[in-house]
Amino acid sequence: MILAQVVGNVVATVKHRDYAGCTILVVQPVDPEGKPKGKSFLAVDGAQAGEGDRVLVLDEGGSARVILGNDKMVTIRAVVAAIVDRVDREVQ
Amino acid sequence: MKLGRVIGRVVSTKKHATLEGLKLLLVQPVDENGKDSGAAIVAFDTVRAGVGDRVFFEGGKEAAQANPNGWFTPADAAIIGMVDSVNVAGSGPKALS
Repeated sequence: MILAQVVGNVVATVKHRDYAGCTILVVQPVDPEGKPKGKSFLAVDGAQAGEGDRVLVLDEGGSARVILGNDKMVTIRAVVAAIVDRVDREVQ
Repeated sequence: MKLGRVIGRVVSTKKHATLEGLKLLLVQPVDENGKDSGAAIVAFDTVRAGVGDRVFFEGGKEAAQANPNGWFTPADAAIIGMVDSVNVAGSGPKALS
């Protein structure tokens, strides 16, 4: 699972049928302190997340199907699974 | 899933039988601002994309299962959608590279 921040969304009219009705978010991986780390990528929203939210992203297809509740969506891999309230880092 | 830009086509006459009929496109991954991000890859098309289109693509097993004309296609990248617009306010964190 990846900590990330939602930085935007993608509008796409023409897309694979598995993605019909899905909200596609641009997510930027962050470290536990919230600083950007690595390259941004896209994930389907499974937690009603929006821009600015800190989120938990899964990049694994089986989990994506459980989160989105449709086992026929076999082509979706990256999904936003949760909105993070806070990260308590206890050891530096 | 990643954003990309179609920059060309790949033509192959001699190929494995399971790859027959696939449209192979050369895709340059880009970030949310449209800047190139990493090396170009080859992905097969599911949405009638063409050179110049901004698209998004998926990798791994999910790509292999994205071909509407077959259950499993031996491929590790598939173009999944065409991008109309990317909305980024610019207030979020930006990667340095």
